[in-house]
Amino acid sequence: MKKYIIKRIAYMLLTLWIVITLTFFLMHSIPGDPLAYMAKTLPEQTRINFYEKYGLDKPVYVQYGIFMKNLITKGDLGESIRYPGRTVTDTISKHATVSGRLGLQAIAVGITIGIVLGVIAALNRNRWPDYLVMFIAILGVTVPLFIIAALLQYTLSVKFKLLPTTGWGKFKHTIIPTIAMCFGSIATYARYMRSNVLEVINQDYILTAQAKGVSPFNVVRKHVLRNAILPAITILGPQIAGIFTGSFVIERIFSIPGLGSYYISSISDRDYTMIIGTTVFYAALFIVSQLVVDLLYGVVDPRIRVSGDN
Amino acid sequence: MSKVLEIKNLSVSFHTYAGEVKAVRDVSFELDRKETLAIVGESGCGKTVTAKAILRLLKTPPAEIKKESQILFDGEEVTKMDKKRLLSYRGQDVSMIFQDPMTSLNPTMTVGAQIMEALEIHKKMKKKEAEAEAIRLLKLVNMPNAKERIKQYPHELSGGMRQRVMIAIALSCNPKVLLADEPTTALDVTIQAQIIDLLSELKEEFDTSIILVTHDLGVVANFADRIQVMYAGKIVETGLKEEIFYKPHHPYTWALLNSIPSLDKESKEELYSLGGTPPDLILPLVGCPFASRCDYAMEICREQAPETTILSDNHKVACWLQHPEAPRVERPILSGGANRG
Repeated sequence: MKKYIIKRIAYMLLTLWIVITLTFFLMHSIPGDPLAYMAKTLPEQTRINFYEKYGLDKPVYVQYGIFMKNLITKGDLGESIRYPGRTVTDTISKHATVSGRLGLQAIAVGITIGIVLGVIAALNRNRWPDYLVMFIAILGVTVPLFIIAALLQYTLSVKFKLLPTTGWGKFKHTIIPTIAMCFGSIATYARYMRSNVLEVINQDYILTAQAKGVSPFNVVRKHVLRNAILPAITILGPQIAGIFTGSFVIERIFSIPGLGSYYISSISDRDYTMIIGTTVFYAALFIVSQLVVDLLYGVVDPRIRVSGDN
Repeated sequence: MSKVLEIKNLSVSFHTYAGEVKAVRDVSFELDRKETLAIVGESGCGKTVTAKAILRLLKTPPAEIKKESQILFDGEEVTKMDKKRLLSYRGQDVSMIFQDPMTSLNPTMTVGAQIMEALEIHKKMKKKEAEAEAIRLLKLVNMPNAKERIKQYPHELSGGMRQRVMIAIALSCNPKVLLADEPTTALDVTIQAQIIDLLSELKEEFDTSIILVTHDLGVVANFADRIQVMYAGKIVETGLKEEIFYKPHHPYTWALLNSIPSLDKESKEELYSLGGTPPDLILPLVGCPFASRCDYAMEICREQAPETTILSDNHKVACWLQHPEAPRVERPILSGGANRG
């Protein structure tokens, strides 16, 4: 087990390095640079000084070498070029917690509701609860996030004045964004769980459990659920990724000071250090979540518990 | 001996898109205390459906146990049990072992937990107590290292060991009746013998009656007290083991007996096999269902279903050959099958 995790971490670092390298050269190949917006209005010498200060006058591969050296030796992602004084690490740690809280809330709510709805649909196959859940699921996957968000804002805060439309700070601010964000997860999980439960229910061991005299509720709880959840864990990885991309949109709609808006503005600003910093952060988060998913497999299914030898 | 199980006029149908499949047609039989009854027949003749109907394990719909059917357990009508009683009946009064031990255990639960589950439900045991009992049961089914085994998952055990676990689960609450649905079919031959031996040992130990469903007469030869041959959802012949093996009267029983491989046969000789397939149970059956495959079929066989002829206290057969006007036919002996028993 230890060996397996160490091996996985080595692969993760390799992946991360590839992501960093690709991003670094890609962003330098886009026309324009972080200082372009003011370069035209500055005197020649000031401009040159600025470029020298940020090392932008050097060839790209030299800049890459300097960046990697700082990252590896000091863990330093640098300072924002566009907004001097803000270090990239500070920006991430301050705003990622906001995004993280929202994302975790959305995933937790989405998975829980999705699983419950999926099981209900499967157990009532071809009856009204099934049709209702599948209707919700189709809405969830087809209707874009921002439409759901706008609808929720309109009904819950404008019409009924129950919750604030936008803003951040208190729990009540997170409710509408969470619902909007988890809608897709609910839909995906409900559909997945429905088909898994239908498959598991026809397995022989369910018959064994029934023949033992286990009550229908406990058959589902103890025998169906755990076996049906397994394939659903696979989609946890993509779901987490989906939550991140969704958060860019949601944070803008609800004026939430999350990392998403910084990420997007850093790209249009060509704020090189910010781009690399946030990309590294998102990539690392995604890779780690993949590892967690793989380890979760073993927890749920004893048959694929990893052994150290392979 | 008193009857622990009485089945009267059991009919089970499956409602499918193609139509109503009458899987079991008007079957009646009894099971005495401590008796072993074997239900024998080829695939799709209604053996398993009969067994599942006794535990009401058939999904309704598509299955339907017909109204006139009666299943009496110790005089109590099973078809009329409420949900609560049905749960206490399953596993405690009557329990079941299934065909394929590879798929009939939950892959994500330790075998110990699966044995303990029944004990916790029916005997209201606490966890510790149930665990000790599970170890005792595993020892009873001759499982080596029972203490370590209860912590293992099904995929860590071989097929024979898994079937032992299934037997331990089935017997855990001391049921009066054990339904064994092809318990040896998925196992290899040496393990088959071990499992059958184990079942007959445990039968004495637990005072349990057994209904053994199988397609292999060889399996039941030493084990069963009584044998019941089913064909197309009906019982065609029933009798004590000796009667079925030495004095079989139905041509289908003959065919089954002749298809048992035997040691005294020349090795190159081809094994007897019965031609044709069982009738489609969606279509209405006119006459004797076996007529189309029977070497001795007469005109009447295709027109009218045969009456049951009582040959002795236990021996009954449904065949027109028993009619006084029918030609006398002797059982053709193709192999050493008759030497068994």
